[in-house]
Formats: sequence, C-alpha cells, structure tokens
Amino acid sequence: MKRWLSQGRKTLATICWVALMCAATTAQAQNLTIEINRSSDQATPIAIVPFEFSGQGGLPQDVAQIVSDDLEHSGQFAPLSRSALISLPSSSQDVYYDDWRKVDARYLVVGKIQPQGNQYQIQYELMDVLGGKRMLGETVTSSANNLRASAHYISDQIFEAITGIRGAFSTRIAYISASGSGDNARYALYVADADGHNSQQILSSDDPLLSPAWSPDGNKLAYVSFESGNSAIYVQNASTGERVRLTSFRGINGAPAWSPDGRKLAMSLSKDGQPEIYVMDLASRQLTRLTNNRAIETEPDWSPDGQSLVFTSDRSGAPQLYRMPAGGGNAERLTFTNNYNSDGRFSPDGKSIFMVTRDDTGYHIAKQDLDTGRVTVLTDTRWDESPSVAPNGTMVIFATQQGSQGVLGAVSSDGRASFRLPSAQGDVREPAWSPFLN
Amino acid sequence: MQFKTHAKTLAVAMSLAVMAGCSSSGGTQEGNMDGTSGNMSGQGMTSGQNMSGSQMNAGDQMPSVNTIYFAFDSEEIRPEFESVLNGHAQYLMANPNVNVTLEGYADERGTREYNLGLGERRAQAVEQYLTVQGVSPSQIQIVSYGEERPAVQGHTEEAYAKNRRVVFSY
Repeated sequence: MKRWLSQGRKTLATICWVALMCAATTAQAQNLTIEINRSSDQATPIAIVPFEFSGQGGLPQDVAQIVSDDLEHSGQFAPLSRSALISLPSSSQDVYYDDWRKVDARYLVVGKIQPQGNQYQIQYELMDVLGGKRMLGETVTSSANNLRASAHYISDQIFEAITGIRGAFSTRIAYISASGSGDNARYALYVADADGHNSQQILSSDDPLLSPAWSPDGNKLAYVSFESGNSAIYVQNASTGERVRLTSFRGINGAPAWSPDGRKLAMSLSKDGQPEIYVMDLASRQLTRLTNNRAIETEPDWSPDGQSLVFTSDRSGAPQLYRMPAGGGNAERLTFTNNYNSDGRFSPDGKSIFMVTRDDTGYHIAKQDLDTGRVTVLTDTRWDESPSVAPNGTMVIFATQQGSQGVLGAVSSDGRASFRLPSAQGDVREPAWSPFLN
Repeated sequence: MQFKTHAKTLAVAMSLAVMAGCSSSGGTQEGNMDGTSGNMSGQGMTSGQNMSGSQMNAGDQMPSVNTIYFAFDSEEIRPEFESVLNGHAQYLMANPNVNVTLEGYADERGTREYNLGLGERRAQAVEQYLTVQGVSPSQIQIVSYGEERPAVQGHTEEAYAKNRRVVFSY
C-alpha cells in the first residue's frame, strides 16, 4: 500500500512534467477536458484497482485511471472511488470475492504493468464479483507513447465483455474551434481521442469551417470551408493532410455525408436556386440530384444499409426531417412533434434517428424511434445542435453552450448520463464521431 | 416588359424618396441597429446633402448604408430598409460595370447548415428586389455565411437582430 502510494505520487509528478512539456512544445494542442454533469442512476458499480507497476520510477500514464474514466463516461458504469477500494490486488489469484461483494462492486478489474525493454507489458483481468469468476484476462504490449491508446483498448474489451456491445473508447472525434471575432477570427479543424486527449490541429483558416464528416474507413474528413470566398466542400486525408476541393459551385456547397461504402458523398447544393440534396459518385464526380423543391433541403445522412437518406426540409413551412430512397423517389415526412426538427443522424442499427428539436425551452438533442415514432428528448440544455452518434450507438456527441462559450457535450443514447468537453480557450463545435478505427 | 418599365419609374421615385430621407430616418435607423456603423452613417448624410443639389448624379455615390436587417425566421424586406435598397439599385444601375456580393446571414439559433439556407434566402430576397428595380442579375453575386461571422457576439435578442442581415459588399 505504502509502496503504491509513493509510486502514485511519482506518477503524478511525471504526468505534471509531461503536461508542462507538452504545453511548451506543442502550442497547437488544445485538449478538451471531460466534466461529468449527469450520472446514470442505473450505472453498474465496478471496482478498478490501480495497476501495480514493477518498474523503476513512475509511469507516464495512470492506465487504470484512464480505464476507469472511460467506463464512467459511458454512463453505464459507476467506478468506485479509489478510497473505497478494500484492498489492492494485482492478480485474480489475490482476489477475495466476498470483500468486493461487501463494497457492492458488481465487477472488478485488476492488473500489473512491467517494463520490457522500451515497452511495457500490461496484464489485466476482469472479474464478475457476484458470480465469483474471472471473465477476461489479457496481456497487452505498449510503448510509453501508446499507454493511453492501450488503456482505451482495455476499456473496449471490458465494456464488450460486460455489456455485449463493442466499446468505442479507441475512436476519435473531429471538431471545429473558433476564436476571436471580426478580422481576428480564426477557425481550425481538430481531431482528438474520444475522451478529448491528444488533440491535433489538422487545418486552420481565417474563414469559417464547418460540418466535418468522417469517411467510413476513418482515413478522410469531408468538410465545408469558406476559404475561397464561398462555401466549398473539401476532402482531406486526416493523417497526411493532403486535400482536394470537391465542389465549389455557385451558391451553397454544404452538409457532406459519406455513404456507408465510402463511394458516394451526399451534400446540399444551391447551384440551381435553392439548397437541394445531391449525391456525388466520388470516382466519377458525377452528381445526381435527389430533391426538387422550392424549400431548403439540407443535412443529409445515410441509413446504415445505404438504402435511404434522411434530410432536413422546410417544405412544410418549418424544418422537419424526411426520408427518401438513396436512388431518388418520394420523400416521407418523419417528424411531427415540435415545429423545428433538423440535422437527423441514424443510429448504427438504423432503428432510430438522433436530431435537433426545438421546444419551449430551447434546442435539444432528441431521439426518434423509427418504428413507433416515439420521440425522447435527451438533453436539457438550451442550445444543442450537431448531434453525431458513436459507432456503437451508445453515446451522442453534440455542440452546446456553457455560459458564453461553445463546448461539446455528450449524452448516452438513453439520456441517463451526460458530460461536457470544454476547451481551455475559444469555442468548440461541429463534433463528428469517427467510425471504429481498429 | 411593361412591369419592368413601371418598376424603373418606381425606382426613380423611390430614389428621390431616398435622397429626401437620407438626412432623416435612413441613416439613423441603421445607426440604431448597429452602433459600429454610426460613423459611416454620418458620412453618408454629409455626402447625401452635398449631392442633393444635382439629382442627375444620384447613382455616382456608393451608398453608405450597406446592411439591412430581418425579422426572426423571415426573409421579408422590411419597409424601413426599402430606401437603402433603392439607393443601391440606383448606384448599380448607374454603374453597370460595378458588381456587388450580397452576403446573407442568420442568427445563431438552429443548425448551421439550415442557417446557410436561411442566409441565402435573405440574400436572394434582396437580389430579387434589386432586379425588379432594374439592376442586371449579372452584377449580383450571392454568398451565404449563415450564422458564421456574426456581426455581434452574444446570445441576446439584440445580438440576434443585428446578425440576421444582408450585407452589400462591393
């Protein structure tokens, strides 16, 4: 216990030093920090014991803490605080299940980390406390730089073993930051880990950027930039930075959305008068116009099977969501609750749609079941927009306001748990959750 | 054709009204809406008075008021801004080699992509007004920024009112 505590202090010191170095050397980093603002009352209690470290000095990352944070942010788990841990086993062989039943832990995670050359070996195990049995055990090799990624991998494995749902902790988010105003306005496109860490600026501009969208393989981002003096759709390789301008028609070039097979891009273009939904075949650059209406038609999103598109249209007099076959045809109105529904996003199972809805209390993120039509409002903040669904469907990230600052928020798809991801400076908005990357 | 002639007559009549109104309500309205353009309005009033002696040259001077405002969720031209639009129509008709970009904007409420559409609608309403006056469509370009680049930061009704706008950019 004492040995662990002293190591813990060293670890903390190391983290502080690393953080300072990072702040000094990479001015472009703009990590987001997670602040939990609503926890689910149905979250499963889980004990995550700090992983025993058998090397010299400390570790640059507290792996067990990252796992604990991941599981907590999912809204499905309530990790016990470290002070509530009844003992500090590092292997299932040292676990006395009765002890953990007494503190109401439903599951238990233990582990140890050993240095091996320039690498670390992380050995972790998951136990079902109620059933008194080991569920999962694995050894993961990680470089020092990769410890956070390894921790997210472990979170993914634990999450899936318990819930049966693939974990999405190793995914990334793209978002837009904006700072300054008038002639001093700066915009940037960032990519960060799903927990807000490791943010990297991949584009900056004096002109507005919006609507980033991940390609299904996670390699590219489509987005809208005003750098040419008008809106234009660009596609950029997220790692090499290589980019192409895809459309720069007269009028609006907006709302890019990749087809699930990555071969097409749906978009909204007003080149023929008013914004209409088009689909571009990316290989041939051929455009097909899907709507023809004297209304604003925008914000297309593909159903997971690629067979249909949901989009926003104000053909009824106010924005509502419609669904039409991806090859064109009649559009069916989907939303009838509230007089403002927009930016529809399919859940990965295709059974429901997340959207922005406006009621008496503001703009919120809501979910509509496509079979029953039932609408559940998930957020209680006033200025929520730009929902983007995690690839496993368990969480939705969105843009909201905190005071006068634009921040990102996330809410579980049942609405029970939510957290914010404020930036240290400027506004952040337009989040896009990546697909699974591994 | 007849309509167009009528529209031109109307435009001339309106432009006279602009000249008359320039030293009174036209400038102050704008000043009320947007404090930052107060100086501009002042200059406009001065030049307007200088020009009032020779109405033949009304179109020589670039109008000083470059922004008009809209009601929530509306692209309807408000009557108080018709004089501003008439001034720009006169200027553009007198200077057929001059082009203008109409920048359409929305307030921050609602989704960004939908607001691009709202901004464009406002700019198109201005474009239509100008072409009815007789301005050639080839002189007019439209760019919608939607809720991007707000004129005024803030989450108040006052800020929203100043951000729902069309700006004449020459």
